[in-house]
Amino acid sequence: MGQRTIIPFGPQHPVLPEPIHLDLVMEDEKVVEAIPSIGFIHRGLEKMAEKKDFQEMAYIAERICGICSFIHSMGYCQAIEALLKLEIPKRAEYLRVIWSEMSRIHSHLLWLGLTADAFGFESLFMHSWRVREKLLDLIEETSGGRVIFGVCKVGGVRRDVDAETLRRALEALAALEAEYREIAGVFSRDASVKRRMTGIGVLPKEDARALGAVGPTLRGSGVAWDARRLQYAVYGELDWAPITEEAGDCQARCLVRIREIFQSFDLIRQAAGKISDGPVAVKVPGNPRGEYFARLEQPRGEVVYYVKGNGTKNLQRFRVRTPTFANLPPLLKILQGCELSDVPVIVLTIDPCISCAER
Amino acid sequence: MAFFKKSPWLLHYDASSCNGCDIEVLACLTPIYDVERFGIVNTGNPKHADILLITGAVNVQNEEIVRNLYGQMPDPKVVVAAGACAMSGGVFQDSYNVLGGIDKVIPVDVYVPGCAVRPEAIIDGVVQSLAILERKAAELKRRGGSGEPEKPS
Repeated sequence: MGQRTIIPFGPQHPVLPEPIHLDLVMEDEKVVEAIPSIGFIHRGLEKMAEKKDFQEMAYIAERICGICSFIHSMGYCQAIEALLKLEIPKRAEYLRVIWSEMSRIHSHLLWLGLTADAFGFESLFMHSWRVREKLLDLIEETSGGRVIFGVCKVGGVRRDVDAETLRRALEALAALEAEYREIAGVFSRDASVKRRMTGIGVLPKEDARALGAVGPTLRGSGVAWDARRLQYAVYGELDWAPITEEAGDCQARCLVRIREIFQSFDLIRQAAGKISDGPVAVKVPGNPRGEYFARLEQPRGEVVYYVKGNGTKNLQRFRVRTPTFANLPPLLKILQGCELSDVPVIVLTIDPCISCAER
Repeated sequence: MAFFKKSPWLLHYDASSCNGCDIEVLACLTPIYDVERFGIVNTGNPKHADILLITGAVNVQNEEIVRNLYGQMPDPKVVVAAGACAMSGGVFQDSYNVLGGIDKVIPVDVYVPGCAVRPEAIIDGVVQSLAILERKAAELKRRGGSGEPEKPS
């Protein structure tokens, strides 16, 4: 047994786009324990519900995180709409699904790039982000924003997408899918990528369940659970099934995301084919009263929103359980006993979003 | 000391931002915007950096880190505050534990607005900061400085 050393990792570190601090307790090259300290991005967002009225909060909820922005506002709006017993127009539901799938593709492409960067494959990072830029153009064309969409509001969506724009977006998506297929091939077949990820950071199925992993981290360990199965919005009307991989290592989690991007392309096509004409928003009646849990699937996993209203324009309590928070215990488990040089890749494979986790 | 603007190195730090601005900063480095063609390199080491590109509203826990990073950068240096939060706190201004803007902690040279800030705006802000960097370098040279802080008289 070697001597124990502690290597501080973060809060400012080249591989981390966001600040989190890990104390890595090392024995030679092996990590014995990882002790996190968090709080660098805590902005007190939940408490803001007491100062902002519930309609403004939709935009603040979107700023929980800039990567999975749209689904945050969608989840918040769904919770409030359930409290108000508000039936939102079908067209708005479909547009929400299209935008949330676009945001999933954008988030996964971003993740693929960052992961490639973490194992030192810089050209792959650049290619992933090149494709992602084209998708951001589509998001901007349909919603008006690049990373913060700002289209979701209580009662529907703020903008309609006309048929011509939607048709052009679908064409562009088809071209994008072909380009993405090349990159996906590198991730799933390239020998050097495999060597950095296969068999690294294994999370067995039982541990994934016991530690409460969510999203691709859970599905990469062979558990077929996806919160979209709850059939919120119009997911019940679309044809899809959760994607799983059995191995539970970094490669498996990567493959889940790669296949989910293809699935999202397909879901957008299905939704665009079924979308019907009509209004995109309804008037908001009164103030929310009561409490509600909304569960949605973020690119990173299942997210839970709790809202409690007392009939005034300010919510009494707004609480978010974000996927990264649920994935931290599995991460700490995987980090035990890994090599120091694998730490960046392993940390990235849970797709940590610190600003989600700390709000 | 001359020709800073030919190859400025940049340190990016997320001081309690929502990630929106940070991924736009990263987008600046990737093919569509590609600031590396101007010689701008994103470095992870504050001791190699000329420009501190910083996003977010700065919360209490981050205050010390921001001050440390700024202190570790050699003179001359400029600070670019990117995004509405970095300018004033943005939507989080009323929040109980954010300081509300980078300039509450360290001096800021260029403010770039936007929520989330657009890559074009970031590039414009960085280019404007280069002129300030040159001026600071010239000032340092005139004083006969070597990058060391001035001794108190």
